[in-house]
Amino acid sequence: MSMVYDTEHPVPMPPILWDNMGFWEGINRHELVFQRCKECGTWLHPPRPICPKCRSFEKEWAPSTGKGTIYSWVTYQESPHPSFKAPYSVILVEMEEGVRLVSNMTDIKPEEISIGMPVEVVFEEIAEGLILPKFRKVD
Amino acid sequence: MVMEYIPGIPILRPRVDLDNQEFWDGFKQHKLVFQRCKYCGLFIHRPRPMCPRCNSMDMDWVPSTGKGTVYSWVNFVYANAAYPGIKVPYLVVVVEMLEGVRIVSNMYDVTRDEIYVGMPVEVVFDEVADDLTLPKFKRREA
Amino acid sequence: MNNIRNRAAIVGIGMTEFSRDSERTELYLTCQCIKTALDDAGLTPDDIDGLVKQTDDATDEHAVTSSMGMGNLSYFGESRWGAAPSAMIMRAAMGVAVGAANYIVVYRAVNGASKRRMIPSMRTSGQMSTSDLLQWTFHAPFGHMSDAGRVAMIVRRYMHEFGIGNDQFGWVPTVCREHGARNPNSMFYQKPITFEDYLKSEVVAEPLRRMDYYEEADAAAALVITTAERAKDLIQRPVYVLGAAQHMNSETEELTSYYRPSISGLPEVGKVGKKIFNMAGVAAGDINCVQLDDSYGPLVPMQLEELGFCDRGEGTDFCSGGDRIRLGGKLPLNTSGGSLGEGYLHGVNHLVEAVRQIRGTSTAQVKDAELVLVASGAGGPASGLILGGQS
Repeated sequence: MSMVYDTEHPVPMPPILWDNMGFWEGINRHELVFQRCKECGTWLHPPRPICPKCRSFEKEWAPSTGKGTIYSWVTYQESPHPSFKAPYSVILVEMEEGVRLVSNMTDIKPEEISIGMPVEVVFEEIAEGLILPKFRKVD
Repeated sequence: MVMEYIPGIPILRPRVDLDNQEFWDGFKQHKLVFQRCKYCGLFIHRPRPMCPRCNSMDMDWVPSTGKGTVYSWVNFVYANAAYPGIKVPYLVVVVEMLEGVRIVSNMYDVTRDEIYVGMPVEVVFDEVADDLTLPKFKRREA
Repeated sequence: MNNIRNRAAIVGIGMTEFSRDSERTELYLTCQCIKTALDDAGLTPDDIDGLVKQTDDATDEHAVTSSMGMGNLSYFGESRWGAAPSAMIMRAAMGVAVGAANYIVVYRAVNGASKRRMIPSMRTSGQMSTSDLLQWTFHAPFGHMSDAGRVAMIVRRYMHEFGIGNDQFGWVPTVCREHGARNPNSMFYQKPITFEDYLKSEVVAEPLRRMDYYEEADAAAALVITTAERAKDLIQRPVYVLGAAQHMNSETEELTSYYRPSISGLPEVGKVGKKIFNMAGVAAGDINCVQLDDSYGPLVPMQLEELGFCDRGEGTDFCSGGDRIRLGGKLPLNTSGGSLGEGYLHGVNHLVEAVRQIRGTSTAQVKDAELVLVASGAGGPASGLILGGQS
């Protein structure tokens, strides 16, 4: 079950800057892409200007399989921001590529979440101009 | 009055807090008051919780004579370097009060051509908005 | 840096009471506690030639010098994040050790409960810092926006990896409140809680309950640092800095280090621990008392593990029942109450309490406390100190 948003209050829009633009452009195309170092092939998330492993500035945006497992999660009983109606859960997904991504589940209740659960990405239009990657359970 | 406020742009309000409240409250009653250390008598401006000379935290608020001289001045000419809510050009002055403290303010009646360092001045009160009265300065006979 | 051991000592402390509304500005609180610290040290503002503050403290050096009449500062330092407290002492110790200043004051003031403060929580320039950017870009759109929630994500993983149940974190808040209840200065004087009270406290961001995190307060504290040599001529028993260190690595974030291989530990605290034990030439077993970062109670067991007081995953067992960590136990923890039981002064009250323990003036005095360890910055960049009564 999807998160419930309070439409009176806009969801905080992510600041989109040069370093992270490719990620959000991918999301807008309903594609999950992650930064990957061209020199050493390391997948990098969150995106950054330089590869911490080999210090190359050469990077590309490569498509993710979109699949991963739940690495950790938290259920907010109190909402920290007026756009989000509590209770809701936030998950940390470990993608097949090895990077981790903060997101939400779209289809299961907080009490059904478990660490290790296989999930896959879906794209949800939360508000005009804001599409977010979310996850659903994989059977 | 030589300063012109531009309608539609709010005049910035001072951040009033417990340490400076009595300074700002005085203007509604057209009073200029300064902080004075109860223990050693030092006049203090800007207001602060502790006397820098004797470290006492007991303060009085004493009515000022309202009289002083222009210590320095600046004429804001270029709008982008000034506050958008005030029509350029306008003067900002630092007045050295007879009490010894200095205060930043504007001139009420004097233009750039007339201002000079050392000009004797005295305080007047300008009700610039319903909820805001500011002290300004006019020429004084020395 | 060369070993800081025995180069510096804390010679004065001052702290206001903790309350829900100080009815004073943060600047006022700062002036009060600095004055108290100077009187405690037998010094005057004229003696002070260095100031160290927490970067985000609203009270800038200008306001302190103009209010206190400090005419001759040659050293101003800052430190930030949760690691600030111990790191501020380190900055001050470094300053006196190299002779950049003779007597340095470290201060912190917050009107955290009443919110009578001058600056908003983001930087005054209105610009976001790069850490804010991480939170706002990749976390906030998903509703991941409160510190309790950020920490909860780490705690959940820790619980998963070590088989820890939902309620095993309650002993740290319970003992901190016991200690705070003995402390007339605290928010909770004469108001201890039981483990059962903890279980009844509401869940805020599962698995964190309200009693798992710090109590906002209005308060301020200051400490005076000078060289070990000068300390001997002053009026209080010197509290020597035997070890001081900071650490962060390439994957450290602010409570959201989610992107590194393991997230169920506090490696920054571990590194700091190794450094300070090495500097001080002591081991975990020699420490009489600890002041750990209890902004979030569940991170305390993790700190105990990282610092070597128990094995990995054993932190909650170590705290279970409260006997080891309360006064009279093997390793008394946060003896003035800490952030959970005294009030949230962003970890600086832990420094003051460590000094009191060495001086023998704590409200929960550990017998013959000669070595106290302070850890700051659990969940982000970390710092730590070992303070001692002997040089």
